[in-house]
Amino acid sequence: MPEYTVIHEKARSFYDLYERKAELQHQTHYCPGCGHGIVHKLVAEAIDELGIQDRTILVTPVGCSVFGYYYFDVGNVQAAHGRASAVACAVKRALPESVVLSYQGDGDLAAIGTAEILHAANRGENITVIFVNNAIYAMTGGQMAPTTLLGQSSTTTPSGRNEWNEGYPLHVCELLAALEAPVYLERVALGNNKQIMGAARAVRRAIGNQVKSLGFSLVEILSPCPTIWRKDPVEAQHWVRDEMAKVFPLGVFRDRGTEAGARPAAAPPPALDEVPRLLGIVNGSRLMTDRGGATVDWRIKVAGFGGQGVLMLGEVLAEAGLDAGMEVSWLPSYGPEMRSGTSNCHVRLAAAPIDSPLVSRPNVLLALNQPSLEKFLPTVEPGGWVFYNGQTPPRNGVRADVRVIGRPFTQVGDELGDARAGNMVMLGALLEATGLLPDEAVEGALKRVVKSERWLELDRRALARGRAAVREGSLP
Amino acid sequence: MEKPDRGMVRLSAEECKGCGLCVEACPPKVLRLADGLNRSGYHPVCYLNRGCTGCGICFYACPEPGAIVVLRVAA
Ligand SMILES: Cc1ncc(C[n+]2csc(CCOP(=O)(O)OP(=O)(O)O)c2C)c(N)n1
Ligand code: SF4
Ligand code: SF4
Ligand code: SF4
Repeated sequence: MPEYTVIHEKARSFYDLYERKAELQHQTHYCPGCGHGIVHKLVAEAIDELGIQDRTILVTPVGCSVFGYYYFDVGNVQAAHGRASAVACAVKRALPESVVLSYQGDGDLAAIGTAEILHAANRGENITVIFVNNAIYAMTGGQMAPTTLLGQSSTTTPSGRNEWNEGYPLHVCELLAALEAPVYLERVALGNNKQIMGAARAVRRAIGNQVKSLGFSLVEILSPCPTIWRKDPVEAQHWVRDEMAKVFPLGVFRDRGTEAGARPAAAPPPALDEVPRLLGIVNGSRLMTDRGGATVDWRIKVAGFGGQGVLMLGEVLAEAGLDAGMEVSWLPSYGPEMRSGTSNCHVRLAAAPIDSPLVSRPNVLLALNQPSLEKFLPTVEPGGWVFYNGQTPPRNGVRADVRVIGRPFTQVGDELGDARAGNMVMLGALLEATGLLPDEAVEGALKRVVKSERWLELDRRALARGRAAVREGSLP
Repeated sequence: MEKPDRGMVRLSAEECKGCGLCVEACPPKVLRLADGLNRSGYHPVCYLNRGCTGCGICFYACPEPGAIVVLRVAA
């Protein structure tokens, strides 16, 4: 009896047992004769051969292959439908040393995920896409996919796909080949032994390109789905070879694998303590202990007409908060109008990290017009501050449990040179009344937010006037 | 004495789903589906016990990761 040695066996990159269910842990969930199983084996074998199991991250899609993570003993992420290639880009950028595979079906990649794949390819992301084209939405029971052949029946094209109604089969490799960036695009098939061996080479090649940092590689694999096609496994294999491959020609659509140099590695991000300097925040490291410490939590709502500088007022507050070392958020909310219409923004300045940028229960309301005052006054927290434009009290009643300062801020701005400076008059009053932020922080913020010298000068005068108004009670 | 086969296969009846792709793919036709059923209710593949060349084609035709192991005479 001669000695025999094993030449092909289950890849090391598969788990020994698949713990998806309590029983049948040695079988995949795929139907008999399903192409996904074969593609899994080709991918696992390539991972083994390249010796990258411990740095491979597989992004699985939504579709029949959603459970890929039960089989592959590698890092796994399961993405929302159509987003696998976008997730793969993110993973690759975050972990450049990893080898990231985006495994996607034709519904996932060529219907809901068309934008993601197109832009990942166009950016030349250094990821590998394994695109399993079975010409149908299999997992959901056989609806038409963009890749469904003309005349092919599906639950949504019961009398066959018709180009006048459903368009033509989408040729993903050809589409991507119109882009500059991809390094390798090949269409292969699982229609017979020879084709399967070609598919194995292409998969290895596409993953190997990433190991060499060459850039974006995609292999499209024409793959049988006997169940939805209602064919036995052998017939389905023949259909791949005889029908699918006629519509989707096999071949290499792009191969820059040899000429392409390694893609330059992404520039490392700046160190965290560099960020304030890059953003021009001078006092970024000073923590807010002297301004009330951990209890500081200003929830500010600024509201008025578009054009009154509502958003800008909020921006100055948030920028100044940054300079003062606070946690800040600024959330604008406005209609489509540039002028008139209403506009408001939510600003939070806090010592502790901010949970939500939404301010629904403000402790400061800056109402630049009467409707905003009436709308938001009831939402102000008891003990909070309310600043409003003019001296007419709100029609829906004053509140005794809040501190209210009403002055003709806009009119003062107008007297200073421009009614739009009324927002800074109001800010001056707020700062003076509450001691919310140190002067230097406000000055620093103003310099970043206001680009024109003329406005900077006007805004400084407006701020001073607002402060004086509160200090001396000097506004009319 | 007869010349020994160049190859040999080890088949896992419990992993097999009886799809028949390996049977179709094997060039010397030395695989077939068994008459009996396995635990999952499929007719599993079985080897005719002679004639395997160790070509490995059945391994790549099969969708199940661990259903087939192919061996070859050591050089
Ligand atoms: C956002 C969203 N839309 C739709 C679905 C329903 N859905 C699940 S799988 C699928 C299509 C799967 O087809 P394909 O990507 O070709 O994979 P296959 O099952 O054929 O392998 C759809 C539409 C979903 N899960 N999520
Ligand atoms: S439905 Fe089709 S694609 Fe899904 S597991 Fe079954 S054969 Fe494979
Ligand atoms: S290794 Fe080749 S000859 Fe042997 S059983 Fe498989 S396909 Fe047939
Ligand atoms: S190809 Fe695999 S699953 Fe199908 S009959 Fe052969 S051993 Fe069984």
